[in-house]
Amino acid sequence: MSRIFLKGCEAIAEAAVRSGCRFFAGYPITPQNEIPEYLSRRLPEVGGTFVQGESEVASVNMVYGAAQTGTRAMTSSSSCGISLKSEAISFCASARIPMVYANIARGGPGIGSIHPAQQDYMQATKASGNGGFRMMVFAPATVQEAVDMTYAAFDYAQRDRNPVLILADGVLGTIMEPVVLPELRSEQEVKALKDAQRDWALVGHNPADGRAFIKPGRWSTLDQEQACKDNEALYASWENDVQVEEYLVDDAQYIITAYGISGRIAKSAVNKLRAEGILVGLIRPKTVSPFPYGAIEQLDYSRVKAILDVEMSIPAQMVFDVKLAVKDRCPIHTCLRSGGEIMSREKIVEAVRALAQ
Amino acid sequence: MKQVYKRTETFQENMVSGFCPGCMHGTVFKLIGEVLEELNIVNRTAVVLGVGCCGLAMEYITYDNTTSPHGRACAVATGIKRANPDTVVYTYQGDGDLAAIGLAETLSAANRGENFTVIFVNNGIYGMTGGQMAPTTLVGMKATTAQNGRNPKEHGYPMHMCEILNQLTAPTYLERCSCNTPANVIKTRKAIRKAFQNQLDNKGFSLVEIVTSCPTNWGLDAMESLKFLEEKMLPEYPLGVFRDR
Amino acid sequence: MERNLMIAGFGGQGVMVMGKLLSYATCYSTDKNVTFFPSYGAEQRGGTANCYVVISDEDIGAPLGDIMDDLIVMNGPSLNKFLYKLRPGGTLYVNSSIAKDPITRDDITVVQAPVTELALELGNAKVLNVIMLGVYIGFTDVIPEDVVWETIMQQLGKKEALIPLNKQAFAKGLEIGRNARK
Repeated sequence: MSRIFLKGCEAIAEAAVRSGCRFFAGYPITPQNEIPEYLSRRLPEVGGTFVQGESEVASVNMVYGAAQTGTRAMTSSSSCGISLKSEAISFCASARIPMVYANIARGGPGIGSIHPAQQDYMQATKASGNGGFRMMVFAPATVQEAVDMTYAAFDYAQRDRNPVLILADGVLGTIMEPVVLPELRSEQEVKALKDAQRDWALVGHNPADGRAFIKPGRWSTLDQEQACKDNEALYASWENDVQVEEYLVDDAQYIITAYGISGRIAKSAVNKLRAEGILVGLIRPKTVSPFPYGAIEQLDYSRVKAILDVEMSIPAQMVFDVKLAVKDRCPIHTCLRSGGEIMSREKIVEAVRALAQ
Repeated sequence: MKQVYKRTETFQENMVSGFCPGCMHGTVFKLIGEVLEELNIVNRTAVVLGVGCCGLAMEYITYDNTTSPHGRACAVATGIKRANPDTVVYTYQGDGDLAAIGLAETLSAANRGENFTVIFVNNGIYGMTGGQMAPTTLVGMKATTAQNGRNPKEHGYPMHMCEILNQLTAPTYLERCSCNTPANVIKTRKAIRKAFQNQLDNKGFSLVEIVTSCPTNWGLDAMESLKFLEEKMLPEYPLGVFRDR
Repeated sequence: MERNLMIAGFGGQGVMVMGKLLSYATCYSTDKNVTFFPSYGAEQRGGTANCYVVISDEDIGAPLGDIMDDLIVMNGPSLNKFLYKLRPGGTLYVNSSIAKDPITRDDITVVQAPVTELALELGNAKVLNVIMLGVYIGFTDVIPEDVVWETIMQQLGKKEALIPLNKQAFAKGLEIGRNARK
């Protein structure tokens, strides 16, 4: 397979098309503009539809509608724009509508800065909208991972009939890297994927055969409670879908926890520190929901002296999940940047050196 | 004996609507059902219900339906229709849904000339939440959030959606009707049929505004509210065709 | 082996093109890993334009670092603003036509190249970035020069008339770079 040099946002967009995405609606916001721009020209080439919505709110609701027809559908935005999408994402989770969206995150809170950050972790993994629903959330660290995760995200979304989030950041959206693209699904395959949803999809049914009845809510509280229980069972099933990179952890006295862009920078810090003889390893969640608690829980705490949680968020957010897994068995320190300032290898190296002294 | 009238089969037989006595939602859904049957498109149709009393319909209609977030019906319908053009799509929205929280979605879908049908039910008040002021509430009309009546200095004036939409180039068909008399019910039925036929002919955005009553939140009985509709609502919201291309 | 580069200048100097040419050449003609990270000011026109290119035999960690192996400075303000980012022993490539301030560090190698003047001498102010790219390749050999030249030709595409000019510009830069290495 030959590699091509692609910008993160464009790679995500192309991966979506190759996975069978045939509807996208979005709204301009930096630094994700290359996703809608790319798809505005690419989707019509494969018989798909691009709509520039009048707002993030309208765009995500168009996707909520399109996805109800069984069409693979997607939207994207960045941080404050993602907040605007919250209500419809919650509707998708309640009505169990499969869709995919990407957050090319920037500094926050508020309008924050247009530069890369990881300040949306809690929103992404714990409360992407009202009602306590959950989603699978993928956190790519390279453009190649962004491609592979986006391609797979549509399959997970359709398997579970639930939204799936690609949680990237402004660095990943903006950098160009060599990638190997997955194969473009044929028109027949894409049609078959859509037709397989026909029973529940909002495409029109003969009433005698049973109507499609999309329920983002229920008049009966008992029915709504049952829906919540069904959702809970789905979320529990994700135990088997956890993805994590464990790098040089077997003999490590110091463990770095980091995801996404911070994760790859931390990995280069691990290499540098190992060359200095410091026994350090990395645990990098690739799915931040479901979170790889097990990888951190199972560490040998007679050997591990400390954990360094590395994030581009002040205050730290993922550290709460790390704490849940560590259970007070070793100290947890943080190494943080925020607001659009990007993590550097040197800062991580210095933080670990300080721990090792 | 020749059968001249029957209940629309788009209502489930064993269900009741849940609408208040004197409410016109039941009439409007009946008219829509009859039109869908006449045009033989029941098995191709999906309705996007707004948020409000109209949502009660989901339990008793027989065809495909979904509920949009409050105000977003025209965006949801855009997604459905664009992703699956063979489906006949209509939104059913009240005045709070379409003209307040959903104003941007309504205007933008109309401005894009989206090929679906909008049924806009205007009774000048929020129903399900309990009689709060709507953008369509008449000047001086009391609401639970405007207890001395709508005051233009504070609340502005009633919004006329057909007139506003008529400023746009793209819409195909805009008509305001009412269901206050048998004659007006028949006109409304014709308008609804035209709005669906336009969609089948790929002619673009059609909206039928229907001026209705809300006896419960107007604090009137059914007959009084018909009188109020005729004497107060219709002078503010004149019936007629605003656009027909 | 990993080598990281920052290119800094004004919008319109072809800073991004220079970074991309180097990156494309690395992606399509070598087995190495490469990242290209552009960084613009919020201005749509006339602002600063910087980019980072990392070329490595291993997986690349940070696509932009605090400490650079190489720094290409195309204008005066960037010299003062980014000189601190260069690691001790690193190399500064400076457009000496317009970045004239004295260089305040003595722990680095400096390659002076008056690329603005040279481009004007060649008859087209726009080729200053191709000259500077030549300087960088001539000095570092981070990737083979023929690979870079092929990429330049591919990117020029249908603008065949511009090939001789760019060939001259690239050769001029290579010469400056090689001479500086001696």
